[in-house]
Amino acid sequence: MVERSKVRVLIAKPGLDGHDRGAKVIARALRDAGFEVIYTGIRQTPEQIVESVIQEDVDVLGISILSGAHMVLIPKILKLLEEKGLKPNEDILVIAGGIIPPDDAEQLEKMGVAKVFGPGSPINEIIKFIDESLPKLKKFRGA
Amino acid sequence: MIDDLIERMLKGDKRATARLITLVENDEEKAREIVKKIYKYTGKAYIVGITGPPGSGKSTLLDKLIKQARSEGLIVGVIAIDPTSPFTGGALLGDRIRMQRHSTDPGVFIRSMATRGSLGGLAKATNDAIKVLDAYGCDVIFVETVGVGQIEVDIVKTADTVVLVTVPGLGDDIQAIKAGLMEIADIFVINKADKEGADATFFELNLMLDLEKEKWEKRGWRPPIVETVAVTMRGIKELWEEIKKHKKFLEESGEIEKKKKFRAEEEVKTIVSDSVARKISEKLKDKELSKLIDKIVKREIDPYSAAEVVLEETLGVKI
Repeated sequence: MVERSKVRVLIAKPGLDGHDRGAKVIARALRDAGFEVIYTGIRQTPEQIVESVIQEDVDVLGISILSGAHMVLIPKILKLLEEKGLKPNEDILVIAGGIIPPDDAEQLEKMGVAKVFGPGSPINEIIKFIDESLPKLKKFRGA
Repeated sequence: MIDDLIERMLKGDKRATARLITLVENDEEKAREIVKKIYKYTGKAYIVGITGPPGSGKSTLLDKLIKQARSEGLIVGVIAIDPTSPFTGGALLGDRIRMQRHSTDPGVFIRSMATRGSLGGLAKATNDAIKVLDAYGCDVIFVETVGVGQIEVDIVKTADTVVLVTVPGLGDDIQAIKAGLMEIADIFVINKADKEGADATFFELNLMLDLEKEKWEKRGWRPPIVETVAVTMRGIKELWEEIKKHKKFLEESGEIEKKKKFRAEEEVKTIVSDSVARKISEKLKDKELSKLIDKIVKREIDPYSAAEVVLEETLGVKI
């Protein structure tokens, strides 16, 4: 397993909704699981998020979105990441959470989001998913 | 791989720069290699330390200082440090929240770091991360310490100018004359100066500084006290001017050379003692150590003699 304390996770809240309780709960839970978590606060643009991903050199990007704009904002983030040479599932693990209907989740997962976690997802399940997925990233191959 | 990253960093590639910081943080061997290779490109950046208790407004103040430095066209680096949990090894790094509007500015590089066991207010790899940002081309690098108490003063070994941020109402005049943190400031900031008690805090700090009048006169620099309200920009320009004044003072008085020497000495001492400790733990077999420890417990050997045995067997050093 990849050593969690050297794994950097960015929790980002794009768009205009100001409800970040969920994002904070996840950030805190990942901290308690031993990850290094960076939280950038509410109302972030996709550009700000991608720049933060680059400067902070994170391995996991967790996007929390409750506004309903996920089909606009998440693809935009994925596109910007690719433009900067960050390939989802190769260079970075992108996960998403919030109010995202199953059909949309399926589409997002086709676009490069590793997994969408809906409301009520047990935190342990998210942590387990991250642990299991990290070795797929270039940086951790063989770990 | 490292040569390629360094080449890209020198051309201003932020991703390569960020990767290099990760490597100096995570891997001691790679940190060695990187610093050896980039050291010749460093030494141009001015290092400003921002320290103070949790919640005093360091990050917000920094956000405004970045704006001020950018208005003069300077390339700005920021290293913002938050604590690692001593229990889980995890960390929540939240300083960036206050500075996010600068994250898309090509002239700003912000990096959050976790202390990872360091106790002096900085992360262990802070100095190496500063070197990376220096080589990358930053003109000024702000280092925000963790929220500190009274004794986390490592920033004084790292920064050219130390800005100590305090807020009204933290304690009485006795707090102001205690040893430790209060002694390291080149500039005092009373942030949230619109709050009740700001005048009293100003008065107490002033009184404390007056007690050492001779010291300041001899040195030629008496730490100024700047009152700010970071959220409204009040006092920020003044603070930035004081930072520049202090820089000028250090350069003209020759103190900057003294600081550089002191810093180099501290750094090389730390590297030597860390390397020795690592070499010993590499060479010392657990079995031998536990035998020695048993002997100490049985009073067959004392701890000092045991340490002498360890040093001689692992490094061939007699003390």
